[in-house]
Amino acid sequence: MLDIALAYNKYKFLGNDYLTWIWFLIETDQNISSLLNSKDVVTLEVGNSIVLENKLGDKSMEKISIKGDQAGLEEGTTALKKGAYVTNINLLCKINEDEYRFTIKGESFNITGLKTPKTDLSHKEDEIEGLVLEKAFFCLNIFKVIDTLFLKYLEQRTADDWNVKGLQDIRTWIGSF
Amino acid sequence: MGLISSTHSVSRYHIDGKIEGSITEEVRNGLIKHSIPKIESEYDEISAGWTPVESPYNPDFNKFSFLFGTYFLFSLRIDKKSIPAKLIQKYMAIEIEKKKEKSGRDFISKNEKSEIKELVIDVLMHKIPAIPSVYDVLWNYEEKNLYLYTTQKAANEFFETIFLKSFNLKPIRLFPYTIVETKSKFSNLQKDRIQTLVPLKYSRKLHA
Repeated sequence: MLDIALAYNKYKFLGNDYLTWIWFLIETDQNISSLLNSKDVVTLEVGNSIVLENKLGDKSMEKISIKGDQAGLEEGTTALKKGAYVTNINLLCKINEDEYRFTIKGESFNITGLKTPKTDLSHKEDEIEGLVLEKAFFCLNIFKVIDTLFLKYLEQRTADDWNVKGLQDIRTWIGSF
Repeated sequence: MGLISSTHSVSRYHIDGKIEGSITEEVRNGLIKHSIPKIESEYDEISAGWTPVESPYNPDFNKFSFLFGTYFLFSLRIDKKSIPAKLIQKYMAIEIEKKKEKSGRDFISKNEKSEIKELVIDVLMHKIPAIPSVYDVLWNYEEKNLYLYTTQKAANEFFETIFLKSFNLKPIRLFPYTIVETKSKFSNLQKDRIQTLVPLKYSRKLHA
């Protein structure tokens, strides 16, 4: 295994490319459950924020942040067309009837603002173990979706037909704006 | 923010290595050995250590549980003394005036000012109480997964140091590269292929 700090910097683009792919999956109505090989019905939607970055020729960086529940994503799609990629996205993930909201950062896969489904259990002493186990179950569910989808993405990206199929599909989507 | 709060921030780790002997007992011993001191040291600017999730201000692992189902759950508490700049400014002004009066001069040198500042910080540091921050740690030993309920860099660094000292196990931060290395079933050939990937160019114009 490579040195951790070196690997973090060298491969942070993989996380950003992954988030861009997730946006593509959402906008093109791809079947997430089938990508995950899951018996559960899993859907993803873009939540209330998305951040993109674009490296400009002079080593400077353009950052595009779109925030707000009713915000249009046109600026984001225009940025994609100019060569930007997603670095941070707020997602709404539904697993059957359960709703999860969170923001994921591409380079670190850090999760912030994670809201899991509501639980009926209280903080009372006799219910604390049940509460902990239920909360742990919810949190782990969302990481399972993130990791499984990420590994699926890498499987596609390292496949022989990636350039003619996977990448081409994303470019066609971006070209459609 | 912790596991049972309504909103979470989480960073993840892969735990490398195995514990020899009774896992629960070794974890208990590590937690007790590196629990945060009950009595705050007036000299330490920062102190950090483990505490039970149900009792963040009474680090007693014999009284409170750290085992919930198949998970270990405990908290990292970091107590930090932080002196507001305006407080330092205020006491500096007072001490400078005292020094001027005592010496009969109407000015003091740069060196004297530095000495006064050091003294003021030292005195205030002893007097001011530390502010505690508590972060939950959820550990699935069998699956080698650990979840730290914060994404703050300083807390992550404290966690990594204290965890290694406590259990002699190295926590490896999970991010795109380390997920491939530790959580995937990719063959070495596939991993090699992933390592040769470069950032995608999505724009047709740029790629034409």
